[in-house]
Amino acid sequence: MLAKDIIKPENLVYQKTKLMTDNVLSYCPGCGHGTAHRITMEVLEEMGIGEETIGVAPVGCSVLAYEFMNIDMQQAAHGRAPAVATGIKRCYPEKFVFTYQGDGDLAAIGTAETIHACNRGENITIIFVNNGIYGMTGGQMAPTTLPGMRSSTSPYGRDVDMMGNPLKMTELVAQLPGTSFVSRQAVHTPKHVRKAKKAIRQAFELQKQKKGTTFVEIVSNCNSGWKMTPVQANKWMEENMFPFYPLGDIKVPE
Amino acid sequence: MARELKLMKGNEAIAEAAIRAGADAYFGYPITPQSEVIEYLMAEKPHERTGKVVLQAESEVAAINMVYGAAGAGKRVWTSSSSPGISLKQEGISYIAGAELPCVILNVVRGGPGLGTIQPSQADYFQSVKGGGHGDYRLIVLAPSSVQEMADYVVDAFDLAFKYRNPVLILSDGVIGQMMEKVYLIEQRPRLTDEEIKQRYAWATTGKKDGTERRVITSLALKADEMEAHNIHLQKKYAEIEANEVRFEEFQCDDAEYVFVAYGSSARVCQKAVQLARSKGIKAGLLRLITLFPFPKAEIGRLTGQVKGMLAVEMSSGQMIEDVKLAVNGRIKAEHFGRFGGNIPTPDEVVNALETQIIGG
Ligand SMILES: Cc1ncc(C[n+]2csc(CCOP(=O)(O)OP(=O)(O)O)c2C)c(N)n1
Ligand code: SF4
Ligand SMILES: [Mg+2]
Repeated sequence: MLAKDIIKPENLVYQKTKLMTDNVLSYCPGCGHGTAHRITMEVLEEMGIGEETIGVAPVGCSVLAYEFMNIDMQQAAHGRAPAVATGIKRCYPEKFVFTYQGDGDLAAIGTAETIHACNRGENITIIFVNNGIYGMTGGQMAPTTLPGMRSSTSPYGRDVDMMGNPLKMTELVAQLPGTSFVSRQAVHTPKHVRKAKKAIRQAFELQKQKKGTTFVEIVSNCNSGWKMTPVQANKWMEENMFPFYPLGDIKVPE
Repeated sequence: MARELKLMKGNEAIAEAAIRAGADAYFGYPITPQSEVIEYLMAEKPHERTGKVVLQAESEVAAINMVYGAAGAGKRVWTSSSSPGISLKQEGISYIAGAELPCVILNVVRGGPGLGTIQPSQADYFQSVKGGGHGDYRLIVLAPSSVQEMADYVVDAFDLAFKYRNPVLILSDGVIGQMMEKVYLIEQRPRLTDEEIKQRYAWATTGKKDGTERRVITSLALKADEMEAHNIHLQKKYAEIEANEVRFEEFQCDDAEYVFVAYGSSARVCQKAVQLARSKGIKAGLLRLITLFPFPKAEIGRLTGQVKGMLAVEMSSGQMIEDVKLAVNGRIKAEHFGRFGGNIPTPDEVVNALETQIIGG
């Protein structure tokens, strides 16, 4: 049977969202970024708000998100996406605005922007992809790198006495009055993808209701930076990242 | 039409004028000697008057990135700060220049380096006209020398910013920001509606309609050839700005044998120095620079065919003099005189410097 015989409307069970472009993803095979992009775009499509949404992607592996997300996008400086998003949203309170940030971006260089946007309750959605490492720059230690975890700048494992402890930004922003929904998810299995998508949907629904900042962390992998195969990386993530960064909703609206 | 006359501080005048110019948003962070800008804006409730957004950011870094976001969505947006805060904004300004976004930035300069002093200074000239942040870019730099010009130039600055899709820096100083003078204010101009923004600025990220190309605001081009092409495009724009937007003013230059070259507060001092010099029989004039980029090279070149010497007067240890000397190109004597670190030169000191460094030197 040829592909053209199989690909017919009556056989269609799944279709790529129109809000993803046809550009080939630049991510490493097995990387969670592609899935996180897709479910975010699927949520926008399902809610019918793609035309009203502006995305902000700062520096990190996902700096080229605008090549893949088929909506209006702004590329931001490292760490500054929540400020850029604030600028857009304050001027267009009726539009949907989200940031898509890595852990180095959100929890190190952009800590101030993240905390203050959440504390002001900016009516934006923050998607936070935490892979415990600086993927883009070649696997250096991130603020989220686990104790004892190896990276190119903690080659003998993260020594917390010397390098400090990993920072749980998601628990931190859940404390702030400006956030209405804070959740931690994963995207490495279909079950997790479904849950993560539900959380992202809720985040945008609450943005629609002007409920303040909504924040979804996605604990993800970086097989290149972790120097593992994709399968090993996912197993390592389950065994090491999830106990430290437990999945589930951390704050939900009353 | 009768224009409204008020007595205001420079910082207040620019804040009021920006509202009237139809600005959509201001993001800032307090720092002396320019905190009156955000204080005035907050007291005026522009969100009620015109719908203008005013927000106190958590830092100058955040403020300039808020500017980036709003500008990228086609809004008329501005920020203000003073020297240390402007240093913090430089990465953002470089991104704004790279992504070709229009915005207005006010620097009410104080003495540095470091925390320096809250007294006025002009020591941020290099930072303003030579780049400031990383990469090959230029800001359009306007230098007001009165409270009236604080109000006037912010209107021009928005027009220039949108004409060229380029950030415009208003380079003021603690004297102009803090002093009170009478100022005529323009009538309120309407802010553009979201629909008008969509019509006028096709590049603005206002939401991608089905069947249209998505808009991307970015300064990134990973391939060297693409980045080079973008740089060549930027340089063409800067050349066009240099060809079209040079602005200066001359006082008693017609018969002058010596000219002072100055901008901002120093130009005010030099105006008095011209009178003083003439009372002593020295035919002095003043070339007051309004645009620092583009720099009035051609006019300085022309004056070298007429005058015997030039004294660049600046509240710095000698920054603008480098551009003056380049334009003079060795044809006549050109020297720097400055007081700095928060000090302001007196007309007597300036005339004395002319006599000793240029005429007798
Ligand atoms: C001001 C600044 N400092 C440093 C960098 C270099 N840099 C680019 S991405 C990055 C870290 C990205 O890590 P993360 O946010 O975790 O994203 P990931 O690539 O892991 O998805 C760094 C340090 C930069 N672009 N700008
Ligand atoms: S380096 Fe890591 S985060 Fe970046 S694309 Fe590869 S696997 Fe993903
Ligand atoms: Mg990372």
